[in-house]
Amino acid sequence: MMFKRVLIANRGEIACRIIWACQELGIETVTVFSEADRDALHVQLADQAICIGPPPASQSYLNVPAVISAAEISDVDAIHPGYGFLAENAHFAEICEACNIKFIGPSPEVIRLMGDKARARAVMKAAGVPVLPGSDGIVETDEEARAVVRRIGLPVMIKATAGGGGRGMRIVHTEAELPGALEAARSEAQAAFGEGGVYIEKYIEEPRHIEVQILADERGHVVHLGERECSIQRRHQKLLEESPSVVVTPEMRDELGAIAVRAARQIGYTNAGTMEFLFDGEQFYFMEMNTRIQVEHPVTEMVVNADLVRAQILIAAGEPIEFDQPDVVLAGHAIECRINAEDPETFAPSPGTITALTIPGGPGVRVDTALYPGYTIPPYYDSLVAKVIVHARRRDIAIARMRRVLEGFAIQGIKTTIPLHLGILQHPDFVAGRLSTHFMEHYAHRRSDVEPAASQPSSVRSVSSEA
Amino acid sequence: MDLKEIKQLIRLVDEKKFAEFELEQGDFRLRIKRNEAPIIQRAGEPLTVEPEPLPTSDNDAEHSSSTAVASAAAPTVDEDVVETDLHVVTSPIVGTFYRAPSPTADPFVQEGDWVEPGTILCIVEAMKIMNEIPSDVAGQVVEIHVENAQPVEYGQPLFSIRVGRP
Repeated sequence: MMFKRVLIANRGEIACRIIWACQELGIETVTVFSEADRDALHVQLADQAICIGPPPASQSYLNVPAVISAAEISDVDAIHPGYGFLAENAHFAEICEACNIKFIGPSPEVIRLMGDKARARAVMKAAGVPVLPGSDGIVETDEEARAVVRRIGLPVMIKATAGGGGRGMRIVHTEAELPGALEAARSEAQAAFGEGGVYIEKYIEEPRHIEVQILADERGHVVHLGERECSIQRRHQKLLEESPSVVVTPEMRDELGAIAVRAARQIGYTNAGTMEFLFDGEQFYFMEMNTRIQVEHPVTEMVVNADLVRAQILIAAGEPIEFDQPDVVLAGHAIECRINAEDPETFAPSPGTITALTIPGGPGVRVDTALYPGYTIPPYYDSLVAKVIVHARRRDIAIARMRRVLEGFAIQGIKTTIPLHLGILQHPDFVAGRLSTHFMEHYAHRRSDVEPAASQPSSVRSVSSEA
Repeated sequence: MDLKEIKQLIRLVDEKKFAEFELEQGDFRLRIKRNEAPIIQRAGEPLTVEPEPLPTSDNDAEHSSSTAVASAAAPTVDEDVVETDLHVVTSPIVGTFYRAPSPTADPFVQEGDWVEPGTILCIVEAMKIMNEIPSDVAGQVVEIHVENAQPVEYGQPLFSIRVGRP
């Protein structure tokens, strides 16, 4: 039975995204906000908004009792956690269950399993998913670590089992570095995640980050919706994503997708999820699974012509996925740029008040944002202010389209990373599809390859802005 | 909530010289602001009603109950209007407000009662836990802003207390 009322336990552009999907389904929306977000767009869009705490996320958006209490007094049927915040908090999902509120996502057990990175690796390996050579679970002693290193060869990566998204990681190039790196990784992990366990994986020098979107209903039907190439990252934060990946052939897609689907089915996965892989040019290796809707989901939505948030809600309400794998067709090419309120060179945060905002249109253009003229960006949360997504028949047209949109995208009152994205889009390696997770490192050093004067047409001056 | 009740509320807001007043009852939300230019109602925006002069047309009442209202800011007490020694106790949590320790018991406090720091004023129930809310000042309870069993949000004004001693 479809939900009557849903609470969105998030903020910013994803809260708006979820509200829109609910509105299209005729579902009443309740949103929560911190005192810093009184004027936020998601607060204005929702049918009901409840202030749940002061600005710090720990006392508001991460405050489980406050969110649950808000859900109870507004009598909602379900909670959509968005991404980040409580989206992958198994404890929160459990409490929702206990309070008879449907958590729009997979079960607490699956969230917990995939949140334990070492266990997830082991489970995936047992499910026949290729994983990077590495340790079998947590490495307890330095001797164990040395044995693993000798077996798989250097270089290796030490990773926190409670980490993820690039946090709690150390690269080791020589055996001499190993003890120190283990010690550092363990204490960092303990401090950051409250759990100091680490495991070891082979380190691939210039991998591509390629992830597969899956959708699973609560009746065991699982499909994949193709891959996304997310190699362009800075400090493990994605800047630009695209679908499909230029190196993935239809045969590779079928094979990788089938592996992901089989694994998801085996662990009893439900709702939307993403399986992240590293690709070394020949082989795919499982990295981790994200048990939530992802920031870059629009890129898949554009090439597959789907509404993933809508699908999440329908699945959670018990509806079956009504299409089969052969119905999933990737058409054209989509690119997303994550626009952050940051200095494009120093990446220093640039909160401030939006004094002007002009968003270009045209075919194949989509902008997901919670910005509006007059809005003041609070300094307490992440700096993502807009996602610009384009879709076109071919990758070269999509690149030209994204350039055109970003050049005409005027935001005044804050600095944004738009100039950085324009630089990436002009870079010969990007245009040729020569990507790896080291792209941004090389880009910083080789920016002189791209002539500044030639790369920035005069219209760009309307894009960057002084606070 | 019918027009008669809304008019009573407006008179109360006027009489007590509140700058702003917000009431939520189930699906219905009403916000009253003093001395504001009438705002053109658009779907989804909070309704503001001009209290001076009192609205007499029935259209206003119908409008207020049938328009989907998007909630915005919780009411804040306007310093110009309110006496400066009036302390407002706000809710520290989201939950349901109760005047008394149990349904059959007397309320913790009434208007006019004198309280000390630590005097329990009310309960805000969240997730089946009854949280007792104490006064942080000594003074006299002048106004109770919320009705029994009403949902309250973080920061919502509950009591106005005139600081001082009897």
